[in-house]
Amino acid sequence: MFFDSDLLMSALRALTPILLAALGGAICERAGVFNIGLEGMMLMGCFTAVATSWFTGSPWLGVLAAALAAAAYSLILAVGTVTLRGDAVVLGVAMNLLAVGLTSFLLRTIFGVQGTFDDPSLAGLPLIGGLSPLAYLSWVAVAVAAVMLSRHVWGLRLRGVGEAPDAAATLGVSPAQYKYGAVLVSGVLCGLAGAQLALGNVTLFTENMTAGRGWIAVVAVMLGRAAPVGVLLAALLFGLAEAAGFRLQGLGLPQQATDAAPYVVTLGALFLTTARRRRRTPSPSGAVS
Amino acid sequence: MTRRQAEPAVELRGITKRFPGTLANDAVDLTVRHGEIHALMGENGAGKSTLMSVLYGMERADAGTIRIDGRAIKSGFGSPSDAMAAGLGMVHQSFKLFDSLTVAENVVYAAEPRRFGLVDRAAARRRVRELAEEHGLAVDPDARVGDLPVGLRQRVEILKLLHRGARTLILDEPTAVLTPAEADALFAVLKSLAAQGRTVILVTHKLREVLEGSDNVTVLRDGRVVARLVTAETSADEIAAAMTGRAVELDRVHAPGTPADVVLAVNGLTTDAVHDLALTVRAGEIVGIAGVAGNGQSELVEALAGLRPTTAGRVTLNSEDITHASATERRVKGLAYVPEDRHAVGTAPAASVADNLAMGHHRTSLSSRGLLPPAAVRAHAQRLVERFGIKASSPEVPASALSGGNLQKLLIGRELAHDAPLLLVEQPTRGVDIGAIQNIHDQLIAYRDSGHAVLLVSAELSEIRGLADRVLVMYEGRVTATYTKDEADERTLGLAMAGGAGIAVEAVD
Repeated sequence: MFFDSDLLMSALRALTPILLAALGGAICERAGVFNIGLEGMMLMGCFTAVATSWFTGSPWLGVLAAALAAAAYSLILAVGTVTLRGDAVVLGVAMNLLAVGLTSFLLRTIFGVQGTFDDPSLAGLPLIGGLSPLAYLSWVAVAVAAVMLSRHVWGLRLRGVGEAPDAAATLGVSPAQYKYGAVLVSGVLCGLAGAQLALGNVTLFTENMTAGRGWIAVVAVMLGRAAPVGVLLAALLFGLAEAAGFRLQGLGLPQQATDAAPYVVTLGALFLTTARRRRRTPSPSGAVS
Repeated sequence: MTRRQAEPAVELRGITKRFPGTLANDAVDLTVRHGEIHALMGENGAGKSTLMSVLYGMERADAGTIRIDGRAIKSGFGSPSDAMAAGLGMVHQSFKLFDSLTVAENVVYAAEPRRFGLVDRAAARRRVRELAEEHGLAVDPDARVGDLPVGLRQRVEILKLLHRGARTLILDEPTAVLTPAEADALFAVLKSLAAQGRTVILVTHKLREVLEGSDNVTVLRDGRVVARLVTAETSADEIAAAMTGRAVELDRVHAPGTPADVVLAVNGLTTDAVHDLALTVRAGEIVGIAGVAGNGQSELVEALAGLRPTTAGRVTLNSEDITHASATERRVKGLAYVPEDRHAVGTAPAASVADNLAMGHHRTSLSSRGLLPPAAVRAHAQRLVERFGIKASSPEVPASALSGGNLQKLLIGRELAHDAPLLLVEQPTRGVDIGAIQNIHDQLIAYRDSGHAVLLVSAELSEIRGLADRVLVMYEGRVTATYTKDEADERTLGLAMAGGAGIAVEAVD
């Protein structure tokens, strides 16, 4: 049988890193910061988690360090866009490229290896009911983010800042403060996403191991309209696609083809959302049927 | 009388504010008593906005003192939130609202009723209802602000200030975007607020509403106070003369034109927000389209200019079918167009005055074997600058350096210079000074009298009444009423604009 509980578990494992990163992206989006640096922040989290777990022997310290390191890394985006008023897209792309180079460089200087570092004594996260604790944490994070955004005073102010920063400023709410906060929270969530990927899904670090999951998270933010529950559903779709890819591989399809499954779904999702948006706003050329 | 009420609500003394190259406020004194509606008048650039920015903590004055209820505010307020804490509140001309949030969320934003750290939405809704009831500002607390018409958004702005306990309200050009009926409703609210002892400062250049709605008037010109008047003892002419520094003939109604052949004929035109619309414009005639913004006027003009596809109907220009012609083809066939948004559509702000004046003329008079000789562009610019009295330090300065009135003169001059049989002109004097308004009106009349057809869309009733030979009222995408120049009085038009034309007809039946 193609769809069974194994496929679901596999989808839930694949879902977790995307969901955590996409939640961070959604919070930034609501605060008016377009964050496409999720991929790079996540990769910093992967490396820090593995390195810390290796040297301390504790995967939990690895998770903590990953969150802190990615949050520190996210400051590039916060300082660059909020304080220096730079372009978020350029900064985000630069952060993603820098993270690949930086982690590969550190892999060589610290571990003296190229490509992949793994070792049987590297401690990964324990499993509870087949899933890492971070998977459960990500679900809690969805609920917390949903309540905070829609009901909490901070959430209201953050949404206002994202929508009309001038209006918020005239009412004494500092847009910069909320934007910094949102970017730092996204850093923490991307760090957790990276830790899940490197110490949960597998127990190793390999160069550029995020492999586009951060970009998929960016798409999940758009697809889920930056609402936590929407983002959860979008991430679930991508998780299923990834799991189905593994399954198809088991059925004898070439790996290169099955690995493409999540990206094909991403393209399809992007196409559908833009098509939907186009229908709502008629184009000036009159190409509306 | 308590001490607080004995002292003026707002007292500005000797406010001076310099910007590089200009003295925006020159020792300005302004005294506003409790319970008063005080109008602050002046042309664009007279220093009204600067003065209010200083009062509201958005700018620091170079000199002068601010007293609120007799209490000196040392070196002025540091930020709008400080000003708000002292009981001031400002409704900006461009509203400071969050479109995707509800009315209640907008009202309580940054001053939220809370329960366990969460926004107490029930309390917020209750608060909006209470304030709305108390002040006659009815609005649905759960509506999304982005879905509301402008008049209701303005109510949300006022509710926001009342929720914060504002005792003095500053309104910047509050009626610029309102229908006559909405403006009347606003003034009723302001009067009742004043009757409760709140203070209103009204920044405006509209004489009529100042005469009807205010108690006292302070007029600024070139950064100085030039007149302090008691409304009951003054007249529109006196205020206008103070604002401009010379006698101004207000609300001139120009002599009617002499309509000849049909230039523009529109039949059954349908496009976004326009349904089955018919109209004709003749040579030597100005046809005015009145209507509250958003009733299809912009869509109609865009469709006529070739910027929006026509889904049904027929449009002819000098008997030639242009229903599906492109914007370029229409211009070649004899159409000139002054769009509503002179900054984003009408001109290229970063390009020079000369280049802006050349735009459109590039395909006719200025082109020489596909090139634009700089000397020709310069000479063309020089001619138009002189002919239309455009004040620019040089034709090489960017268009963005011009004042609103001069930019509009540039745009209108450029389009008139095409000498096209048909001119489409939208909101020709929005945000333009009285002096420049007269100039622009004279130009349009002269254009008509030289045998051109003009279709004028304006939200200013006095403009429509002064210029148009025939007035069409648009409501919900249709022409609901047509009036001759004599029939088109303010009340009739106002009623028709509010959708009352159909009702009146039914009543007669």
